Amino acid sequence: MQLGPRIIFKIGNVDITETVIFGLIISLLLIVFAILATRKMEKVPKGFQAAGELVVSTIYNMVEDTMGKRNLNFAPYIGTLVLWLGLGSSLGLLDLRPVTADLNTTMPLAIISFIMVHYNSIRSRGLKGYLKEKASPYAFVFPMTVLDDLFFPITLGMRIFGNILAGVIVMTLLYGGLESLSAALGSAVPFFQIFIPLPLNFFFDMFEPVLQAYIFVMLTMVFTSNGMKPEEEEG
Amino acid sequence: MSQITPEAFIKAMSALGAGLAMIAMAGVGIGIGFNAGKTVEGTARQPEAQGTLLKLMLVGVALTETAGIFALIISIILLFANPFA
Repeated sequence: MQLGPRIIFKIGNVDITETVIFGLIISLLLIVFAILATRKMEKVPKGFQAAGELVVSTIYNMVEDTMGKRNLNFAPYIGTLVLWLGLGSSLGLLDLRPVTADLNTTMPLAIISFIMVHYNSIRSRGLKGYLKEKASPYAFVFPMTVLDDLFFPITLGMRIFGNILAGVIVMTLLYGGLESLSAALGSAVPFFQIFIPLPLNFFFDMFEPVLQAYIFVMLTMVFTSNGMKPEEEEG
Repeated sequence: MSQITPEAFIKAMSALGAGLAMIAMAGVGIGIGFNAGKTVEGTARQPEAQGTLLKLMLVGVALTETAGIFALIISIILLFANPFA
């Protein structure tokens, strides 16, 4: 059973796999949706504009609940992440290989989140405050917190990769098994594939993508807002 | 013990290792079951909090499952992308 994505063509030394092509198609879809939702905007929205406003308001509410009102400028990145990851992982519904079943997709996003967490922490607390936070409450926990921070992007990327890849493997095995079962009964059309995979399709291609994208984004938000200096209460 | 070629031995040991690696899911099962039990108990005490408790339960499940995903990755590497055979 082939485990990695198929290589469609090569440019020089670089393989263009189906992951790259599907990722670009998903980005194009999101851009087209955004363009359609924002032209000829009216005061009372309808059609694409209403859908766009629903999506944006949901994401902004989520960011405000988790990070507080002053951090709303993170919302575009968080919204892009959650939409792209959710849409990219549910390509199994169309019998395409999900984009996030490839470690080359999830690890760069996890590294970007990791850089964002630490850059904002240093920018908010200053370099000295950042290092002091790592060594609180006692100085000997410094190696442990450093290791903990270095481990964060690895788990962030591996979590969504492992879950979606497990779904791909289970669905491939299931469809292959149903096909050979139908062939053993002597029919050329694999009619066992009609209703039986439906509950697994719902779980692996609709519930898991949304849950994993939400977890990815929630962890990024929590770590970012924890790293920044807390708001001082004016007495 | 004759007639076991080295390649067959490596393949057999990889298969054994892949199976043994998934013993880690026992701990994951206990953790998630405990989490679900506490959610049900909380809902029984206060049925209005069901939505919040369900959301928190799902977050807990996804975070606990990460530990099992590492075992799954080792298993898959041994079975499909075996670096020794």
